[in-house]
Amino acid sequence: MTSEAAKTLRAFAIELVLYAVLVVAYFFCVLHFLGDALQRLAAHHRYTYAGIAILLIIGQAVVLEGVTTFLLRLLRGRSE
Amino acid sequence: MFFPISGAHISPIYLAIVGFIIGILGGFFGVGGSFIAGPALRAVGLDWNFAVGTDLAHIVGKSVVAAKRHRALGNVDLRLGFIMALGTIGGAECGAQLIQMLKRAGNVNLVVSVISIAVYVSISSFMLWESRKTLQLHKKKPPSPGKGKGAAAKKDVSAFTPTTRAIQRLKIWPMVSLPTSGIKAISVWVILLVSFIGGLFSGFLGGGAGYIRMPSMVYVLGIPTHLAVGTDLFEIIISASYGTFTHAIKGNVDILIALVMHTGAAIGAQIGAICTQFFSGPKIRLAFVPLPLIGAAIVIYTMLTGHKL
Repeated sequence: MTSEAAKTLRAFAIELVLYAVLVVAYFFCVLHFLGDALQRLAAHHRYTYAGIAILLIIGQAVVLEGVTTFLLRLLRGRSE
Repeated sequence: MFFPISGAHISPIYLAIVGFIIGILGGFFGVGGSFIAGPALRAVGLDWNFAVGTDLAHIVGKSVVAAKRHRALGNVDLRLGFIMALGTIGGAECGAQLIQMLKRAGNVNLVVSVISIAVYVSISSFMLWESRKTLQLHKKKPPSPGKGKGAAAKKDVSAFTPTTRAIQRLKIWPMVSLPTSGIKAISVWVILLVSFIGGLFSGFLGGGAGYIRMPSMVYVLGIPTHLAVGTDLFEIIISASYGTFTHAIKGNVDILIALVMHTGAAIGAQIGAICTQFFSGPKIRLAFVPLPLIGAAIVIYTMLTGHKL
């Protein structure tokens, strides 16, 4: 394995560990803060729930994309 | 972990791993990955209606990440994506109506199963033939990977090019030019027809039907493979958002499961999208061949055992 490949793999492994820690913390935050409210909306206000569901998944996508890009840059020390 | 909306107990690690695998596939091939996500959610006891709706919500998030990355790589044709979204939504509604008709006739499972197997196997066989033929034709000078931006950098080769050129020459007004994809003029109706058929299969067979739309974009419209993958993902954001909304108002979406699944998909989608840079169009198409066959295998399993995965 070339040193370049080994370096990339090491950076990727560190990135995965960091990401896993962030994600586990996130699981508990999401379920703790949003679980009950979303359940109530899903049961009684379907249209609002549908709109919020799309906003949440798109919002999370944008934020996570930013986090992963930041991690990639931070760990590899260069922009992609 | 307990998910109160669907009332299911599912390990979040399992969801993140499934999301990660689907993310890589989606980022690399431009597919939603519903043929894996649906059965994977079903396998842990989620009701079928929740599996379908939740999968669509997760596809929206994953496609946002993958499309953003593809956009940065110059792989998204926005004009084409918006036109295709119109056809896909129309097609998806017609597909759903077709399912309702078959339900009333009482033979929905058999018809959908047989059609889906035929479609999946046909796509795989055709793509296997075409990509191998293209790679053999260009053995001496292999097509270059899609690095760099602009239509010239993404230029693709295909053994099906003469037919594609004939389709592009059809002058049915209105015509539209797609400079990002390197197409001077193509009839809007051809684009709408391709996306309508993709949407029809999406409504009829479930999921995003990227396994039909991505090859159609390459072979019928003549879009370079890298751009077809990126644009398909962008288009999926619009059509899957529509699908998520309609399923959510019917009570079929557990957004908490989708959010957890998406944490894995976010990183997988980026890896998949970056990987496309290192492969030429025909090689991506050749690697795509097993995907529809996995879908066909799942349908055959369901038919033989009577268990819905």
